[in-house]
Amino acid sequence: MNEIVQALPQPIAGRPRPPTRALARRDARQFRVLPGFGLTLGYTIFYVSIIVLIPLSTAFVRSARLGPVRFWDVVTTSRVLASLRLSFGGALIAALVNAVFGMIIAWALTRMRFPGRRIFDAMIDLPFALPTAVAGIALTALYAPNGWLGRLLALAGVRVAYTPLGVVVAMAFVSLPFVVRTLQPVLGDLDREVERASETLGASRMQTFRWVVLPSIWPTLLTGSALGFSRALGEYGSVIFIAGNIPKVSEIAPLMIMIKLEQYQYSEATAIAVVMLLASFALMFGINALQLWAQRRRRAR
Amino acid sequence: MIGRQQVPEELGRYALLGIALVYLTVLVALPLLIVFVEAFTRGLVPYIASLLDPYALAAMRLTLLTAAVSVPLNLIFGIAAAWAIAKFEFRGKNTLVTLIDIPFAISPVISGLIYVLMFGAQGWVGPWLIEHGIHIIFAVPGIILATTFVTFPFVARELIPLMQTQGNDEEETALSLGASGWQTFRLVTLPNIRWGLLYGVLLCNARAMGEFGAVSVVSGHIRGLTNTLPLHIEIMYSDYNYVGAFAAASILAMLALVTLVAKTLLELRQPELRAGIARQA
Repeated sequence: MNEIVQALPQPIAGRPRPPTRALARRDARQFRVLPGFGLTLGYTIFYVSIIVLIPLSTAFVRSARLGPVRFWDVVTTSRVLASLRLSFGGALIAALVNAVFGMIIAWALTRMRFPGRRIFDAMIDLPFALPTAVAGIALTALYAPNGWLGRLLALAGVRVAYTPLGVVVAMAFVSLPFVVRTLQPVLGDLDREVERASETLGASRMQTFRWVVLPSIWPTLLTGSALGFSRALGEYGSVIFIAGNIPKVSEIAPLMIMIKLEQYQYSEATAIAVVMLLASFALMFGINALQLWAQRRRRAR
Repeated sequence: MIGRQQVPEELGRYALLGIALVYLTVLVALPLLIVFVEAFTRGLVPYIASLLDPYALAAMRLTLLTAAVSVPLNLIFGIAAAWAIAKFEFRGKNTLVTLIDIPFAISPVISGLIYVLMFGAQGWVGPWLIEHGIHIIFAVPGIILATTFVTFPFVARELIPLMQTQGNDEEETALSLGASGWQTFRLVTLPNIRWGLLYGVLLCNARAMGEFGAVSVVSGHIRGLTNTLPLHIEIMYSDYNYVGAFAAASILAMLALVTLVAKTLLELRQPELRAGIARQA
């Protein structure tokens, strides 16, 4: 079978494409009766270029000037490495915690009717709407040793503010809406008859969840968590107040960029930024692929 | 038999609901509440006094100015991008949509950094501009540019799926009946997308007024000149002026609440708007 496929002429760049796609494109062009295509696309490309592409390219150009050896030295100094580890590790923990609690919240909001449901539902978007600096000082006030929650936690011997744990709390705050909002529509669309059938056949609720619900939602759960991870990774405003910013302990990577900039070490700042940018782009493409896959799976069902 | 099974089942459901509500209250509701409690700890007079402080007023003015420039810029872009992407087929469309998403995917600090690398004193075009007396970094234009960058996808992201589901039929009918392109847009498309447009503008504006990281990099924190309201919060907070910090924060928290209420009302009117935010949130 494989030999047959290999023996077939392979499409090569420059060669005419398969006739169906070419036809589809010509059809699209023929039906382009609406005006303004050139103007709007031209303006879009122009605007994307001057606002996003050209400024973004400066980061890569600048770090390339640093040379691979210097670049490696900058991003592997112990302080920078510690900040990268905290940003990635903290974002991962926050995403995992929210995967669990976000799923419970999404489930409660789509499946249960209770007083105040609309208010709780609207509250999900608060971390998205509340400016990060506001969230930052509010979380710090709550978890500071003399704050409402900080005092209670101190009794249990737990310190949150000015520790890596505080960083995780702030990251959990900003990434919560991503998990809940991605899961809600999918949970709402699930066929509940299948769950009922599973229970009628004698499965426990846990078994039903594990073998019936989870298989159909986990690509979406993964997408939501990845979106939350991506947001938490780059988060700055809500984290820096509660973090305490102790070198090698509670400094996040975006703060390291800020510190290097304040010391006019632009190339060093850019090197850290490029590491973060590459991670963000990889995440972005991964999430796009995940979303396509989840959509296709849902349609197939 | 049935009764015995149903009681723990119901208990389990309520236990999960309880966990969900406690998590939401602790993580989301309490931070909002404490902003107002802290702002009023010393009473109403210090609260109002700290808001009428000249630096606080200057920060509010700059925040309003920033939003007044960057939101319309991104609104025009959003409409143009949605028109091109939703109404036409062309090669590279998916790439373009991905490019529009970039500002959502990267750290706000990096969003500020790239403008420093462009326009800063050691930057790419910065030295030339500074020679000609044009200051962008550590000045108002830089703040506006960085804000425009971080709020760039909101309107486009909301309009593209909306216009895609609406299709081209109505516009094509209008054109065949003799309407001009501009008339078609104004009288057919615009009324169809007005709620989505408002929704996108609302979210764009909330972010524009609240942006901290990106603006912090390019601002230089010059009091009275390049301080926006979120930066003013940081300065007050590091001066141990907690009432001042939380008073400024309460203004932005109220903005967030108004945004959420308006957003919820718009969703009641047009439930499909929510699909957009799930993707961008």
